[in-house]
Amino acid sequence: MTLPIAGQTDAGKAAEATVSDVVIRFAGDSGDGMQLTGTQFTNTSALIGNDLSTLPDFPAEIRAPAGTLPGVSAFQVRIADHDIHTPGDAPDVLVAMNPAALKANLRDLRDNGVIIVNTDEFTPRNLKRAGYESNPLEDDSLNAFRLYQVALTTMTRRALEESELDVRSKDRCKNFLALGMIYWLFSRPLEPTIDWLRVKFRRRPEIAEANVKVMKAGWNFCDITDAFQVRYDVEPAKLEPGTYRSIHGNSALAIGLVAASRRSGLPLFLGAYPITPASDVLHELATYKHFGVTTYQAEDEIAAVCSAIGASFGGALGVSCSSGPGIALKAEGINLAVMVELPLVICDIQRGGPSTGLPTKTEQADLLQVMFGRNNESPVPVIAASSPADCFDTALEAVRLATHYMTPVVLLSDGYIANGAEPWRIPEVEDLPDLRVDFHQEAEGFMPYMRNQETLARPWAIPGTPGLEHRIGGLEKEDVTGNVNYEPENHDHMVRLRAEKVARIANEIPEIEVEGPQSGKLLVLGWGSTLGAITGAVNQAWADGLTVSRAHLKHLNPFPRNLGDVLDRFERVLVPEMNLGQLALLLRARYLKDIETYSKVEGKPFTRDEILHRIQQMAGA
Amino acid sequence: MPTTEATPLTRKDFQSDQEVRWCPGCGDYAILSAVQQVFPELGIPREKFVIVSGIGCSSRFPYYMNTYGFHSIHGRAPAVATGIKMTRPDLDVWVVTGDGDALSIGGNHLIHTLRRNVNVKILLFNNRVYGLTKGQYSPTSELGKRTKSTPHGSVDFPFNPLNIAIGAGATFVARSVDIFMPHLKEVLKRAAAHKGSAFVEVMQNCNIYNDKAFGALTDKENRQQNGLYLEHGKPLVFGDNQDKGLRFTGTDFEVIELGNGKTADDCLVWDEKHANPSLAFQMASISTGDGLGDFPVPLGVLRAIDAPTYDAGVIDQIDELTTARPQTLDQLIHGTDTWTVDAGGSVHRGAN
Repeated sequence: MTLPIAGQTDAGKAAEATVSDVVIRFAGDSGDGMQLTGTQFTNTSALIGNDLSTLPDFPAEIRAPAGTLPGVSAFQVRIADHDIHTPGDAPDVLVAMNPAALKANLRDLRDNGVIIVNTDEFTPRNLKRAGYESNPLEDDSLNAFRLYQVALTTMTRRALEESELDVRSKDRCKNFLALGMIYWLFSRPLEPTIDWLRVKFRRRPEIAEANVKVMKAGWNFCDITDAFQVRYDVEPAKLEPGTYRSIHGNSALAIGLVAASRRSGLPLFLGAYPITPASDVLHELATYKHFGVTTYQAEDEIAAVCSAIGASFGGALGVSCSSGPGIALKAEGINLAVMVELPLVICDIQRGGPSTGLPTKTEQADLLQVMFGRNNESPVPVIAASSPADCFDTALEAVRLATHYMTPVVLLSDGYIANGAEPWRIPEVEDLPDLRVDFHQEAEGFMPYMRNQETLARPWAIPGTPGLEHRIGGLEKEDVTGNVNYEPENHDHMVRLRAEKVARIANEIPEIEVEGPQSGKLLVLGWGSTLGAITGAVNQAWADGLTVSRAHLKHLNPFPRNLGDVLDRFERVLVPEMNLGQLALLLRARYLKDIETYSKVEGKPFTRDEILHRIQQMAGA
Repeated sequence: MPTTEATPLTRKDFQSDQEVRWCPGCGDYAILSAVQQVFPELGIPREKFVIVSGIGCSSRFPYYMNTYGFHSIHGRAPAVATGIKMTRPDLDVWVVTGDGDALSIGGNHLIHTLRRNVNVKILLFNNRVYGLTKGQYSPTSELGKRTKSTPHGSVDFPFNPLNIAIGAGATFVARSVDIFMPHLKEVLKRAAAHKGSAFVEVMQNCNIYNDKAFGALTDKENRQQNGLYLEHGKPLVFGDNQDKGLRFTGTDFEVIELGNGKTADDCLVWDEKHANPSLAFQMASISTGDGLGDFPVPLGVLRAIDAPTYDAGVIDQIDELTTARPQTLDQLIHGTDTWTVDAGGSVHRGAN
């Protein structure tokens, strides 16, 4: 929404205006602490009770040359007093710590939006680095916006005049000056951030106090001067009763895996190799050793998956986590798990590609890789998380499928929801699915490849169990006995059996539900992280009086059993995907139904309006 | 988890019902037999053994052992074994691999398993050729090796497996020979008793693709002449009549003829526990068994030092933190910053 310029005024004070929804983008050099600043604003807003959604956007380089466009790191957060689904299409407020940050982000800013710039950084040298021929603060190029020029660096140094920190350390506090101003502008309390700083820097209290001081200086600057004529508030959202926290996708995934470990009684083993944007799952699980979690930073992606398979053989919950390039390396290992029929969860936090591609940007283009990127007939269940908080439930579902069907399972997430955050209504532990697992114990009649007649799962017989000594491996297995077998009929039978086992999962996963009319002209069908943008767009389309339905897939292999029927009930089916139409390809092949793809592969998620416009074109009068 | 009573086990208990399918005359038969004889003597219940292998002739080994077994994928056995041992320290985990599996496609996993000192035993059957793929040269093949893939002779230098292991920081490094049964069994027992990664190179004959690769050592007439049987605390004496010795000049090993005033006292006393691995590295380098050279082929234990194991380190941290930081799943899920929306829609910081 556009921030109002006027509001209620008390004499001598800034006007106050309540807005229902605001999008703020913090942008600066990758060393300026923009991710941290944005995260603090997010957490504080969460504690106030706003609904929120975030979109971090940072370069792959840790510290690209200062002041350049490739070095710009940004964090967008949207807060609202109502249910929201995306981090917002266009910022209402842009905090630009230098000319490059202004230049890289200006085109996204809403007309009449607020810009706060650090004038100290608008030097001829920095302007040149950012590619400005003239100073945008002095020419008329920013006339369409409400520009606030603040000497952030100077003010920070002044606030810390008495501090004994060196100048460099003082300057590093300037993001908290900006944060203090934004807190004032949006009527947020400082206490949550002060508490956080004092815990974070408990061993270096001088750093904590310097940041506190600077943040307060930013707040006071706004409060005392008439820098801003209007001050805004965003009231709490009317969320369902319950206890909430703000959570990132990778964090929800890590906690979900621990929850699954507890609910299954299986110790969690994560084999991983650092890779963006999946490493945070390793980092977070490494702090959960007190839950019996073993994390193993292996020598490479292959060792990561193979160690997880070894752990599963021994009776642990084997998990490996990576992104596209790492998943490619794990292919042979995943196939081994297909053949030996052991539980294994592979998390693919997708990023832009091919090859090294765009490590810090998002994409949904690994769907076909995880479906088919292995030699021969290699059926693997695939599920996808649709939002940061949904990563928690998806982790539990992946573990359920893996242990119930004795199979590797791929869980797809992506950089957008992995690094994005949203409020999460915390579930009751006793409401989480019961994932208890029984290891096979009975030696009498035991065969390693005998099967549960319903699920076709083979028994999980772990080493250390007397009388169940057996051998498994990658060579083709004889049905039931599990002995090595090269007979043509047996091979044909086993290939079909492995496929059937995965296909039967469709018998007990939920049917896909359609929101809106159950049949008609247009269905928007999504999967994974497009949920927010699609939901926002369809809701708006309904508000605009358009007739459109939507549905979202969590299970991508196998599909829900009613999916074919659902597709047949609509004249047109639109699938927005951050790839060139991978789900559409699967749907056409499976259901012989024409599917219309809406592709976007810019390393950025769909905006609500992009999808809305497409719906308007297709369903408009 | 239940375990069987420690009833005495026999060799037969470790023979599986699967038909052994190595070529007649393959050195692997002898190694299988040695392992099946040694395992019952270790006092470990049969169900506690896990044998993990990769790909290659040697890697069919698990199928023939009546223990838990995992025939994994090419080169990755040490990684699979590491995952098993980290989560199941109660198991006795053995890796069986070959020169291609361990030193070519799986080189990375081998060195990292050794440097971490994961408590697994690694038996590398070195026949200096790819057998299962029908006779290409391997990373241990001698320079100039003519094979199907090197018809004009290989032009790359081979690895010495012992030096790879020592260089990677292995805490136990030994070598034996497929057909030297008593020696092989003794080395296997030493490996089994070692706490940490135990690396054993077994010189193994592939009578189809690389027959007599170690003939200079293994032919009956050569065994004493060309084998140097290392024993901790004993002088380095060898030869048909124990008439030769090795002394260390300070920079190199040197063969000396005993007699004429020279005795075993002039020879270096072997110290497998020496903290510095340099001497073991140098010992490994004196001969790889290529042929009759000036130096004998060192056999037995080159290095055996005490060091903390990786798996124990990992498990200790978990145990310590589990006691020190008790937390419920509910607490974990809540995290540190929560807010509560009550039925009336009002919001307050913290949980209910």
